[in-house]
Amino acid sequence: MAQTIHIEPVTRIEGHAKIAVHLDDAGQVIDAKFHVVEFRGFEKFCVGRTFPEMPGITMRICGICPVSHMLASAKACDVIQGPRVPVTAQKLRRLINHAQYTQSHALSFFHLSAPDLILGMESDPATRNVIGLILANPELGRKAIRLRQFGQDIIRMVTGKSVHPAWATPGGVRTCLLPSQIDEIKARLPEAFDTTEIALNWLKDNYSKFDREVETYGDFPSLFIGLVTPDGGLEHYDGLLRVMDADGRILEKGLANDRWTEIIAEAVEPWSYLKFPYYKPLGYGNGNGNVPGLYRVGPIARLNICDYAGTPRAERELRNFRRLGKDGKPVTSSFHAHYARLIEIMFSLERIQELVNDVNICDTHIRSQGGVNELRGVGVMEAPRGTLFHEYHVDETGILTGVNLLVATGNNNLAMNKTITQIAKAYMSGAKITEGLCNRVEHGIRLYDPCLSCSTHAVGQMPMQIQVFDAEGKLVDSKVRD
Amino acid sequence: MTTQNNKVRLATVWFGGCAGCHMSFLDLDERLIDVVGLVDIVYSPVADIKKFPENVDVTLIEGAVCNSDHIKEAKEIREKSKVVISFGDCAVTGNVPSMRNPLNVDTIISEVYSEGPGPAPPDQGILDIMPVILPQVVPIHQVIPVDIYLPGCPPDPERIWAAINLLLKGEPVVLPVEMRNFG
Repeated sequence: MAQTIHIEPVTRIEGHAKIAVHLDDAGQVIDAKFHVVEFRGFEKFCVGRTFPEMPGITMRICGICPVSHMLASAKACDVIQGPRVPVTAQKLRRLINHAQYTQSHALSFFHLSAPDLILGMESDPATRNVIGLILANPELGRKAIRLRQFGQDIIRMVTGKSVHPAWATPGGVRTCLLPSQIDEIKARLPEAFDTTEIALNWLKDNYSKFDREVETYGDFPSLFIGLVTPDGGLEHYDGLLRVMDADGRILEKGLANDRWTEIIAEAVEPWSYLKFPYYKPLGYGNGNGNVPGLYRVGPIARLNICDYAGTPRAERELRNFRRLGKDGKPVTSSFHAHYARLIEIMFSLERIQELVNDVNICDTHIRSQGGVNELRGVGVMEAPRGTLFHEYHVDETGILTGVNLLVATGNNNLAMNKTITQIAKAYMSGAKITEGLCNRVEHGIRLYDPCLSCSTHAVGQMPMQIQVFDAEGKLVDSKVRD
Repeated sequence: MTTQNNKVRLATVWFGGCAGCHMSFLDLDERLIDVVGLVDIVYSPVADIKKFPENVDVTLIEGAVCNSDHIKEAKEIREKSKVVISFGDCAVTGNVPSMRNPLNVDTIISEVYSEGPGPAPPDQGILDIMPVILPQVVPIHQVIPVDIYLPGCPPDPERIWAAINLLLKGEPVVLPVEMRNFG
């Protein structure tokens, strides 16, 4: 009999979700679907408020990457207001953004994924978590905690709070950095570098254990989208949009942020509440599941699309990372996201080191004043999990008339579904279904480090997917609504 | 309130919120290592136990009640937990998720799809897997009795640490005034 396996709740991801794996009569996997089960509605309830409130409100979309939302929002507000943001304010924004990458990627790697990588994908679920990791390897557990803490502490030092600071504003930021804080950051950097190096070495030494995972955990051709600097370098805060295909051809070299809707469109499926973003010029296809415009965002996409990293240690790792692509082409297996995240921690630490040695970093001119000078503002950031878009429309008095948010995790929706289907087909077809096999499918989601708090709180991409089953639990045709 | 190994059984749960309170819990940093010496985390988004266990001593609930799953889970948590803590402003007041309360849910949903690329998907609630979105977001204590309130957006780690210490000593959780504000 056809069968559906439900995995719920999906754990060690940042949000709420369920997975359904569909098997046919012979026990072969037909499909796997990723269901996300809540929404809040920021795009609607923000309409009618004043635009300077937006950084404070939209960072509450997500407690894991509040800095990304705060800064994307502030950048959209900068455009509405007009005057140039002071140089030191830009640098301070970059500083806490690099600090956020450090904490968020450390959380994804050590707290959420390392239990699978180090303790085993099919190890005992009772201890397969960060606590189990601390108990199994207290020294590594402590280092992991301290690396995440370093990122959070920088955010707290600069802004006053590690989560939801009232700090970035249209035109700048509210507080500056003190020389004593620079000394503390400098003193703690060497340990952060060491921990990142230990993790990188561990992963590289153990890569051969994961050959099958590399082949089956989301290895497929796709487009890659993200920001790069104007001359093509790795960029997280402010750059141009680049699109690359699976063969490494550049389809968009450097598109201005405010033109993002020219390249990204969203589709709707009758069986899903979740919209499916795709690259507009290549289209959504004919609905047979093969989407020509399917793209991925996030750490792998960023490392694929950039021409260079721009810092020495990250540059060395980037060259090594590129060897993972076949025949000199982009890296296509999502399993390599773990490696990509560690490289980006290294990059962030190197950038933090540069910024705290910058002669202007303690300047006190950190905010420009202005009124309403533009009626539309777009702010695009690279959040740790991928490209994040905030677009606001206001009237002449600064009251919001429209809000459009496309968050990183929404961008990866098509790719996440494709990844878990690939894992389920590889490991579950014809097999006795065990808890460990289900965990492998969940790991496919963890690779994208999905920030479901983010994606579920923007009404525009209410991420819910519906598969309809009959009373026996069999999959009913998805056109049932007709 | 302990298990055989003399540890307090702690659960942490995540309703309609942003995960920021859980991040603040992780901001206990190295004190987490002390915590795992005294406490068994028996259920949490950061662990792999899928079913809420029996005989939990303390449950921290982050987030507001936003959908039908939250109501069902809250009732189960109440039955199985000795102490329930509303963890953070969304749990205590509804906070940011309740900002949608003046709007009509059905209107929002139909607007999103009429402005968007295609027709609205099937009605929610058609399946067990999809919870129904509630017309009004409410704080936890409107659904189940709550024993302790830990405000803050998020509650900072010092506040969480203070509450945990009082609980472990078996003393009433009365926080100093400066730890009782919102935001």
